[in-house]
Amino acid sequence: MITFERVTKRYDKRNRPALQDISVGIQPGEFVFLVGASGSGKSTFLRLILREERATTGKVIVAGRDVGKLSRWKVPQLRRGMGAVFQDFRLLSSKTVYQNVAFTLQVLGRKNSQIERAVPEVLDLVGLADKMQRYPDQLSGGEQQRVAIARAFVNRPPLLLADEPTGNLDPATSVGIMKLLDRINRVGTTVIMATHDAAIVDQMRKRVIELEAGQLVRDEARGVYGQDHQP
Amino acid sequence: MKLRFVLSETFQGLRRNLTMTFAVIITVAVTLTLFGAGLLVRAQVDSMKDYWYDRVEVSIFLCGASSPEPSCSLGAITPEVRTQIETELNALRPLVQDIYYESKEEAYQHFLEQFRDSPITQNVTADALPESFRVKLSDPTKYEVIAAAFAGRPGVEQVQDQRQLLDRFFKLLNGLQVIALSVAAAMLAVTALLVINTIRVAAHARRREVGIMRLVGASNFMIRMPFLLEAAVSAAVGGLLAVGAIVAGKVFLIDKVLAPSYRFTAFVSWEQVLLILPIVFLTGIVIAMVAAALTLRRYLKV
Repeated sequence: MITFERVTKRYDKRNRPALQDISVGIQPGEFVFLVGASGSGKSTFLRLILREERATTGKVIVAGRDVGKLSRWKVPQLRRGMGAVFQDFRLLSSKTVYQNVAFTLQVLGRKNSQIERAVPEVLDLVGLADKMQRYPDQLSGGEQQRVAIARAFVNRPPLLLADEPTGNLDPATSVGIMKLLDRINRVGTTVIMATHDAAIVDQMRKRVIELEAGQLVRDEARGVYGQDHQP
Repeated sequence: MKLRFVLSETFQGLRRNLTMTFAVIITVAVTLTLFGAGLLVRAQVDSMKDYWYDRVEVSIFLCGASSPEPSCSLGAITPEVRTQIETELNALRPLVQDIYYESKEEAYQHFLEQFRDSPITQNVTADALPESFRVKLSDPTKYEVIAAAFAGRPGVEQVQDQRQLLDRFFKLLNGLQVIALSVAAAMLAVTALLVINTIRVAAHARRREVGIMRLVGASNFMIRMPFLLEAAVSAAVGGLLAVGAIVAGKVFLIDKVLAPSYRFTAFVSWEQVLLILPIVFLTGIVIAMVAAALTLRRYLKV
């Protein structure tokens, strides 16, 4: 699904690279935690996959395509194959829950009939079928993140990227979000989630990739967050 | 579906930016009206040139009994000299297309006709007006040939090229046109800057939408089209106002006021006006869209 081949990303010449010589592969259907302290390069890792940034050296291959070599007008097509969720939800406050989710399909030029079918379906999946006509500020943080996940997933992309999706949520709510991401993963979606929520990582027992100061320091199949696990 | 979404985004944008939208509309309307006026003056000069250059003549005024010019020191021209001049003019064909002799009496009749309502006619007699040859040239720009042959020779008081008189007038009109077009050019620049700013504000106001659109893989077309259409719609409305102003100018100023008062000359025709209108209208839209597109390249990078 995703392959990093000796990827280094430098934002500027003076500082150390945000990512240094990373080589890693992620298979279709995997659930991967990306852990590490702030500034360890987790977000950069995700941004390279999204092609918001390009690798300084090395190759990032997503679904068989070298995203660094992708011409600019093909980038939208790449992004249609992945959903993204962020710590700050990024919902449109002037639109209802339904409209927020429908927005994705509208900007992709989908037919109305398709939108009217797909949106309630995905809102049902995230457990918000009864709140379709609410506005984001009428929802709790956990509910807002569910809307964001619904929006990212309504197009049924094979890959879901989540950058600290539980960063703004209390532990109980976080568990709900994790259950939802797990459910999405179980239907075959590859999920990559950057986090520094140790409790969640320990509980889920999924593959853990740990970054430290831009270097890959650990890649375990059923890992824990692991302060005691330093190499 | 795509189209409806783009249009609804466009009109949302126009509504949200209402004050800026009005600013763009008014600027475009004023600019394009000036631009159109400049083009109309040019068309006016062209149609007057066509009209007048067909009619202009070189006049060779002949000496009267009291002409002060040194070439007239011998007094009034004799019939022999006059015949001699006519023969020489005939020798200059085909440059000389037509020769017409105007006697004192005919000159007086023309004079009376021209100044019908003026008291000056009472003080002028046929004797005070010079007899002349009116020469029509096949190429009106070759006036020099006639001037060289006849100016200053005995019996000729003066050689006058009507075209030169007209040219002075055309220069004035050309000056007006240059001023109108320069002001229009400056205004077009202002319009472009205003559009750039408007689009920048609009892009900033909608940065969240745009960010999400990029994230979910909306095409550049989908992201930019609403902004481009916003600029185009404002420019089109402004353009329509300008078109209305130009048509009103033709109907109320030219057809109702100028043409009846100055019957001796031609004014711009509807044909010429209709040729100018689409140029004016499209110029506004093109400038607005180009300005918007350049702005978006900078502010909406993928």
